[in-house]
Amino acid sequence: MWDYLVDRLPQILFAGWQHFSLVVQCLILATALSIVLAALVYRSGAWTSVANSVTAIGLTIPSFALIGLLIAPVGYGVTPAVIVVTFFATLPILRNAVVGLSSVPAATVESARGIGMSRMRTLLTVELPMAWPVILAGIRVSAQMVMGIAAVAAYALGPGLGGLIFSGLSRLGGANSLESVVVGVIGIIILALLLDLILVGIGRLTTPKGIRA
Amino acid sequence: MPENPTGPAAPQDRTPQTTGSSAGAATAPTGAQPTDTQPTGADMSSTGAPADAGSQGASILLREITKAYPGQKKPAVGGLTMEIPAGSTVMLVGPSGCGKTTTLKMINRLIEPTDGSIIMGDEDITTMDADKLRRRIGYVIQAGGLFPHMTVAANIGIVPKMLGWDKQRIADRVDELLDLVSLDPGTYRGRYPKELSGGQQQRIGVARALAADPPVLLMDEPFGAVDPITRQRLQDELISIQAELKKTIVCVTHDFDEAVKLGDWIAIFAEGGQLVQYDSPEQILKHPANDFVENFIGSGAGLKQLTLSRVADAEVREALTSPVDAGPAAALEALRTAQAAGTAPAGTEDSIVVLDSRQRPVHWFSARQLERLSAFPDRPDEDLPVVGERASLNDALDTMLVSSTSNAIVTGGRDRFLGVIGVETVMDAITSARSAGAEQAPPSPLGENTGPVEVTSP
Ligand SMILES: Nc1ncnc2c1ncn2[C@@H]1O[C@H](COP(=O)(O)OP(=O)(O)OP(=O)(O)O)[C@@H](O)[C@H]1O
Ligand SMILES: [Mg+2]
Repeated sequence: MWDYLVDRLPQILFAGWQHFSLVVQCLILATALSIVLAALVYRSGAWTSVANSVTAIGLTIPSFALIGLLIAPVGYGVTPAVIVVTFFATLPILRNAVVGLSSVPAATVESARGIGMSRMRTLLTVELPMAWPVILAGIRVSAQMVMGIAAVAAYALGPGLGGLIFSGLSRLGGANSLESVVVGVIGIIILALLLDLILVGIGRLTTPKGIRA
Repeated sequence: MPENPTGPAAPQDRTPQTTGSSAGAATAPTGAQPTDTQPTGADMSSTGAPADAGSQGASILLREITKAYPGQKKPAVGGLTMEIPAGSTVMLVGPSGCGKTTTLKMINRLIEPTDGSIIMGDEDITTMDADKLRRRIGYVIQAGGLFPHMTVAANIGIVPKMLGWDKQRIADRVDELLDLVSLDPGTYRGRYPKELSGGQQQRIGVARALAADPPVLLMDEPFGAVDPITRQRLQDELISIQAELKKTIVCVTHDFDEAVKLGDWIAIFAEGGQLVQYDSPEQILKHPANDFVENFIGSGAGLKQLTLSRVADAEVREALTSPVDAGPAAALEALRTAQAAGTAPAGTEDSIVVLDSRQRPVHWFSARQLERLSAFPDRPDEDLPVVGERASLNDALDTMLVSSTSNAIVTGGRDRFLGVIGVETVMDAITSARSAGAEQAPPSPLGENTGPVEVTSP
C-alpha cells in the first residue's frame, strides 16, 4: 500500500486536485444559480412550493443513472461531470436559499422598503446577508454530498479520484486494484473534510457579527 | 390645489407654530368648505425644500384617499380627507383594524391608495418614484425595525448613504444623531442591534428615521414594545426632539394616553378609516364628538386631563449641583457651605445633584451618603427619578412613586439638568390646572370622509 502511494503520488495528487477543483467550481456555479433561482421564487408561495418539490424529487434521482442518461446527448468527459455535479449541488443550496430568504422577518423587509431601498437593494443588502448563514449551511451539506457524486461522475471519464476507484473496481483481484480503490475513497474523505473546514472558515469571515450565533 | 405652488423655501413663518395650522386655517373640524384649505397651501410654500436642506416639517394633505383590499366588501380606508399641518404631531388612534396603519402607510406609499391623492409640501406625491419619496420621509416601526447584520452606525447612516453623502459627513451625522437620542456615540456606534436594549433599539430606529433630516416622520406604534417606564422616557425624548426639530409627525398608537401626551392633534378613527373626531387633546377630552369617542377615551377623562399639564408649566425649583469630576469631597463641602449659609433650597436642602461634563444628572446624594463615598461610582445611577420638562405631571408623579421620593429631577433638551420638582408642586399645579382650563381653543385642521373638497389640481 505504502509503495503504491509513493510510486503514484504525483498522479494521485493530480487526481485529487482535479477532483477538488471540479467540486469547488461546481459549488460556486450552483450557489450562484441557487441564489438567482431563490430570489425569483421566494416571494411567491406557489413558486416556492414548486422549487421545494423539485429539490426534493431531484435528490431521489440516482446520480449514476443521471450520468448514464447524459452520455448520449453530451458525450464523455468533463461536460457530463460538471452538469451532474452542479445539478446535485444546486438542490440543497436552493432549498436553503429559499428558506433563508423567506425567513427574513417581514418587519425588517418593510422597514428597508420604508426608508427608500429598492427591491433589488433590499435583496442585496438586507435579505441576502441575513439569509447567508442558512445558505452557507446548504453549501456545506452540498459540498459533502457532491464529493461522492463527483467520484461517480468519473464513470463518464470525468476528472478526479473517481477514476482510481472505477479502475480498481474493474480489475478487482489484479495487482494494486484494492490499493487503488482505498486510496480513491480515503482521498475523497480527506478532501471532504478539508473543504468543510474551508467552508467553516469562509462562514466565519463572511457572516456579519450581528447575526452570528 | 395650492394657489402658490412655487414658493421655494420661503421663510418658515408658520412652521414653528406646533399647535395648529395658524390663524385662518379650517375653522371647523369637519365639513370644511373649499376655501378652508387655503392656509394649507400657504404652509406648503414654506416647506417645499428638499430633504437635506435642513428641513422642518412639511404639511400633508390626504385628499379623499381610499384603500380597498381585493376580496373585501368594505374599503379599509374610505374616502378620507385629512390635513396635517406642517410641524405638528398628529396621533392616529382607534380600535384595532380600523385602518390606522393603512392610512399611515399610504403616506409613504408602502400601501398604494386605490383612489385619491396625497400632497406633501406643494407636491403631489401620489405618482412620484416611491423609493425617492421614502428617502424624504422618516419611518419608524415597532422595535425599530433595525437591520441585525449592520452596526448601529451603518443602520443610522443608511439613508444618507443612499443619498450619496460622503463618508465623513455620514460619520459626523451618525454621532450627532446618537447624541440627539441620548446615546453616547463612542459606546454605541459600533454595536449591533442585538447588543442593545429594547429602548435603545427604538432610539436607534428614531435616529435612523431622522438621518437625512426628512420633513416628515411616520411612526407606527413606535413605543409599543417597551416597558412602561422606558416608554415614558422615550415619549419625553421624542417630545424634546420634536421641540428642537419641528418635524411633521404622524404617529399611530393604541394608547389614548400616549396620544394625549404627544399629540398636537388627535384623529380618532372608527372601522373603515372613518374619521370620527379630529381635534386637539384638550377639545377631545372636554367635548367628545359622540358616544364612540367617549367610549374610546374610556373612564377617567377628568384624570386624563392631568396628562395635559406639563412639568415645565409647574414650578421647577433650583437644587444644589456639583460636577462629577470634582469628587464626593468637593460635593460634600459645597453642600455643607450652602447649608451653613442658609442658601440650600428648601425641600432638597440635604442633597446635591451630581452632573457630568454635559450638565446631565448622573447621581443624587445626601450628605450622609457623601460622607461614606471616597469616589463617585463610574456608572451613572440608572434609577434616578428623572422626568423631562415636557413630561406630564402624571408622569412626574409616577416617577416619584416608583422611586419612593418626594422630589424628581427635571431635565431639558439632551437630558440637561434644569432643577427639581416636588410632590407638593405637582399637586398644586394639578389643582390650578383644573380650575383654569377654558382658554380659547385653536382652530382644528380639516378632516372628514368622502365629503367632496373642491380644490384645483396643482
Ligand atoms: N394586506 C392586507 N390584505 C388584506 N386586508 C388587509 C391587509 N392589511 C390590512 N388589511 C385589513 O384592513 C383593515 C385595516 O387594517 P390596519 O392594519 O390599517 O388596521 P390598524 O388600525 O392599524 O389596526 P391595529 O391597531 O390592529 O394595528 C383591517 O380590517 C385589516 O384586516
Ligand atoms: Mg396597525
